[in-house]
Formats: sequence, structure tokens, C-alpha cells
Amino acid sequence: MSAVLKISNLHVNVGETPILKGVNMEIRQGEVHALMGPNGSGKSTLAYALAGHPNYTVTDGSIEIDGVNVTEMEADERARLGMFLAFQYPVVIPGVKVADFLRHAVSNIRNPDRKEGEGLIGMREFRKEIRERMNELGMDPEFARRYLNDGFSGGEKKRMEILQLAMLQPRFAILDETDSGLDSDAVRVVSEGLAKLSGPQMGVLIITHHERLLEFNPPQFTHVMLGGRIVETGDASLANELHANGYATVRARHPEAAAENAKAEAAAAV
Amino acid sequence: MSTDTPVKNDVEFGSYKYGFHDSMDNYAFKSRKGLDAQIVRQISELKNEPAWMTEFRLESLAIFESRPMPNWGGDMTDLNFQDIFYYMKAANEQETSWEDVPEEIRRTYDRLGIPEAEKKYLSGVKAQYDSEVVYGSLQEDLSKQGVIFTDTDSALRDHPELFREYFGTVIPPGDNKFAALNSAVWSGGSFIYVPKGVKIEFPLQAYFRINSQNMGQFERTLIIVDEGAAIHYVEGCTAPTYSSNSLHSAVVEIIVKRGARCRYTTIQNWSSNVYNLVTKRAMAYGDSLMEWIDGNLGSKLTMKYPAIWLMEPGARGETLSIAFAGEGQHQDAGAKMVHCAPNTSSRIISKSISKSGGRSSYRGLVKVHKDAVNCRSNVVCDALILDPASRSDTYPYIEVEEENVAIEHEASVSKIAEEQLFYLMSRGLSEAEASAMIVTGFIEPLVKELPMEYAVELNRLIELQMEGSVG
Repeated sequence: MSAVLKISNLHVNVGETPILKGVNMEIRQGEVHALMGPNGSGKSTLAYALAGHPNYTVTDGSIEIDGVNVTEMEADERARLGMFLAFQYPVVIPGVKVADFLRHAVSNIRNPDRKEGEGLIGMREFRKEIRERMNELGMDPEFARRYLNDGFSGGEKKRMEILQLAMLQPRFAILDETDSGLDSDAVRVVSEGLAKLSGPQMGVLIITHHERLLEFNPPQFTHVMLGGRIVETGDASLANELHANGYATVRARHPEAAAENAKAEAAAAV
Repeated sequence: MSTDTPVKNDVEFGSYKYGFHDSMDNYAFKSRKGLDAQIVRQISELKNEPAWMTEFRLESLAIFESRPMPNWGGDMTDLNFQDIFYYMKAANEQETSWEDVPEEIRRTYDRLGIPEAEKKYLSGVKAQYDSEVVYGSLQEDLSKQGVIFTDTDSALRDHPELFREYFGTVIPPGDNKFAALNSAVWSGGSFIYVPKGVKIEFPLQAYFRINSQNMGQFERTLIIVDEGAAIHYVEGCTAPTYSSNSLHSAVVEIIVKRGARCRYTTIQNWSSNVYNLVTKRAMAYGDSLMEWIDGNLGSKLTMKYPAIWLMEPGARGETLSIAFAGEGQHQDAGAKMVHCAPNTSSRIISKSISKSGGRSSYRGLVKVHKDAVNCRSNVVCDALILDPASRSDTYPYIEVEEENVAIEHEASVSKIAEEQLFYLMSRGLSEAEASAMIVTGFIEPLVKELPMEYAVELNRLIELQMEGSVG
């Protein structure tokens, strides 16, 4: 039976400011969902809140993975239950080699009960696997020896996120504007990479402005966020419509949420 | 949220990995506590030293007594010079082979991994057990090349002329109060002479540890690298934990002659009650290269600023310094570069980590004497502070008497970024694992300069320091 990522009435504050005001969504393993919306609508906040960022406080509602309430869990516990966030801005960790980091991560994710200091996944097995995945993503094996995201170009960082996705094989993957800031070749590589990886075992939430990523990964569901709420849900054609026409019609259909969104956008601009 | 306490594999190590100690009954000799001329004479007599050394010690004692305590650096109010044993001898004879070393001492070394280390790749081992060297071996081919690698007491006896020519010339007793103290009561340490043109391929290694309560350890190391020769000397310190204060005050003198290279690597991991007050200085002559790699993890207070005097044109000096200050620790460490000649260059890289209320200070001096034109010096200090209770300071001193020079100083202080922690944790790493990874990454540029075994040990020690420290 496929597991569900269930988001119920989710309210999230950043500091004192409410950003999400009651988000509901259900993602099943094997499904692809697109999340769209103008700046300030709360898309990235939802991504961080799902992954468990300590600065994003859930004030109401819940997040469940396969029936387990993870709302109060730390990021690492959620990751061990199968949550994965591909970052919009991957973080640089100087001095930490990609291979060392990933070997730790893979060991913890595949053996969720592993305690600190216990054995890691075998070196030979790990090396073979990471080489294969890198090869599939067209990455130079030399990347495994580089420091994590340190001195990486925008495209390299995003590819590194996809490599992590490939190695960790989460049940639920959230991609936060993974296609932003990339040239079209890089977008193609990332899109194809994701298409290869996602399958019946992975539920995917794609946050994007870009058509390309959705072209390779056609969503069964498209959600539109405005003013911290999901205001519309449709199929792939909704995404196409938004790409063609922008958010004016959505705003017109939901004037209240549009006003709240405008307020949030103005506040962010200050 | 999980409430499980992580199970430690090596329970015996407790919170401090090397915090074990052997029984105290095996000392062949132990001086009474305290410091005076009688004790100093007694030490010299027991060692059958020549009269000049007895005199040297007594003069040094007078200098020590006449100097005030430094009014800068760390807090030494708990340090009582009269409450310390200045000389202890663990075994009567110096052992020549591993099998002959008394079992208890051997067991201690086993736990420190000495024989394995030697088997693997070390070309010679000198291990100091308290004040006297008890075990030593040197591969034959080094002897054949004329390399002398012995403890400093034996060197005074067996190589008196060479010894007297250099001893005390780099750091005279009058240099500072603690150099005077060491000069008065020194015991043990390594003496190395590398003849002209001889390049030693493997690091020479020695371990030191303090093994008894209130035991001062005052080793004295003298290294002479003759013209065109090369050596990498590695010294590691570990010490068991005790409740009252101990003092470690070493002096290391190095002479790097024309065209020679010397790298001196130290990892000190004294237990957290030890005052570690060390004077290290090298004289680097024409076109030579001197490098200090200095890791400070342990001790209550460390004050150590390895110095390089660049004496002739073309001399280069480099110091890489790592400090880790945990609870109750103050690491006041850094480097000194003194440019005495034109066309000399120096580089200081310092990385410090402060955690659980620990304090790390970078204290460094770059000095350029008059007429030392075309000198270059580059200083980079990075500090990482892990929590609000911890502290980091930078005291860079720059004294330049010449205009035509290039001096750069950069300093940065960072906190473990929340975003870094979150990023790693979102990949399934616990907070402690993620913190340890960020810290080891921070010092990685220095760790990769260490011999493999030391790098592994350093990373392991930092993991132990980080365990249970967060969350």
C-alpha cells in the first residue's frame, strides 16, 4: 500500500508573522504534484515547514507521513521517515567532502535506528553506488571528493541536490524551485534526472515557475497558492494556463487571498 | 522526539578518551614537591650532569624567581609552583626493545596505539613516560646516515660538544619566566641532529604524557637541521585526568640551516587540569623553510605561540594553528614571525573553535626589522563559536620598521550557521553528527596536513568532544 504525506490545516509562523494560514494537501507515493503561486504566497515556507526548519513554527494543524504525526519532529527524524527537500539555495559546507557527507546520510536513512558512532554503510558498496548515480546524472566522479557545494556553480549545486535525492530515495521529495537560476541545459539535466528517479515509490511536490520541469514530470495535480492558502487545485492543464496567463485571473477569482498576498509581498520588500 | 541516549561503543573512555592512569608505585625516583636550589641541584646530580649544566640550571632558577608572572594571556591564579613535583623517574634503565618495557607502561602505550604506529610507517619512536624516556628505537639506516635521534639527557652525555654548541641559543633562559623554569628543571625531550643533505622521508614521532598527580613535565627539545637536510617531527601529547592542577612547561629549540626544511607537528590533548605553557622557537637561515603545525585540544590553559625567526634572505616560515576550547578551557595560542632579513616570507593560518563556555584567543606577532626589505607576511584567522556561552578573541600585533614590505591580516568569526545544521539534518544527520561534521570541515584544511594517523585521531577526538554537546 502506498504511503501518504498528509498536510492538514497547516498554519505556520516565521517569527511572529503568520505565513501559512491553513494549508491542506495529500500526496501519495507515485504522484507528482505541482505547487505554483506568485512571490510571497508561502510556497517556500511550506517546503521548509515540511522539512522541519526550526525557524518555521507550526501554530496549528499537522503533518503526517504514512499516518505518523511528524509535526513536532526534528528535521533528521523526518528525513529518516522518508522526507526530502531539494533546496532552492543549497548550503555550502566547507571542508566536508560530498562522499563523506552522503555516506553518513545514506547510512542514517537506510538504517533509521542507527546510533551515532555505529558503523556506516560499507565503503566499497557505497562507492560503487555513488559512482553509478553520478554517471547517470552526467556528473564528474571528481565531485565526490569536493567540499559540499563549496565553489559549485548554480547548476552544479542543483545537480548535487538531485544526486542526494537519487542516493537517499525518499518516499516524499519536495523540490523548491530546483529549476530557478539555471540555463536551459541544466534545467534539462535536472528535469530528466528527476523523471528517471521518481516512480511508484516516490511522491513528488514540485515548486516551480518553469514549464520545463513539469514537461518532463507531468503533474497529476496542480495547486495554486495565494496569501498562505491553496486557492485552487486542478490537473496539468491548470499549470499550463498559469504559465500562459500568469496569476492575474487567479487573483481576480480570489480577491481576499490576493490582498493578503499583496500585503505579504509588500512586507517582504521593506 | 527521541529520548534515547546514544550508546557509546568505547564506554571505558568515558568523557575523556585517555583519562586513565596507572598505579603510582613504579616510580624509581620522585623529588619532593616544590622548587628551590636544592631540588635543582638534586635533579642535576641524579642525572650525573657536567658542572656547566648544574650552573645553567641554577642561574635559570634565579631568573625564574626574579621574573613576575605575565599579566596577560590566561588566568594562572590557581597555579602554585610549590605544589608540583619537578622530577620523577619511571624506570631506572632506559629500555632498548619493546619487550623489555615494564608491562604496566607497555599497557599504557598499547592504549595510546604506539606500537601499531611504529609498525605502520614510523621510522623511529621516542616515547616519554613522565620525565624519563623509557623506550626508544631508531631504524638503522637513519643511524648510518649520521642522524642522531635520542632523548635530550642522553644527548648531553653522549654528544656533549654538539649539545653545548646549540643548547639554549635559540631560547635563552632569560627569554621569559617559563623558559627560565624549564631551563632550571628540564628533563627528557628529544634531541635530533640531521646531517647536511640528509632528508628523512618519514615523520619522526614521539609521544608524551603526564602520568602522575601534580607532576610537572618539563621536556626540552633541540633539533638541528643542517644545510640542505629535511625532517618532519611529530609530537603528540595525551594525559590522564586528575583533580588538581598540573603544569607542562616545555621548551623547543630548532635551528634550520641554509636550504634545509623542518616541519614540527604537535597535537596536544592534555587533560583539562593542565597548565600548558610552552615556548617554541625556530631560527630559519637562508632559503630554508620552517613549518609549525600546532593543534591544541586539551589543557585548562594553553599559552603557546610557536615562533620563527627568519634570519637570512630567502627564509620562509609557516604556522598552522588549530585550537579547540571546550568547557573550562582557555586556548591562548597563535604564532610569531620575526623578519630579520630581506626577502623573507611568512604565513600564519589560525583556526579556533570555542564551545560550552570555552575561550580561544589568537595572539600573534608579525615583526619586520629595519632593512628587512621585500618581506611578505600573510595572516589568516578564522574562529568558529558554537554557542553563546563561548568566546573568541584576536590579538594581532604587527610591528614594522621597514616600509617596503607586504603585510596582510584577515580575521573572521563565524557561528555554526543554523542553515548549515538544518541542511545536514534534513539529510538524516543528527544534530550532534551535523555539528561534528561542520567542525571537522572547518579544520579540514589543517587536518589534511597531518600524517594520516594523527588526522584520524584528531577527527575522532573532535567527535568525542562534540558528542552530547548539543540538542
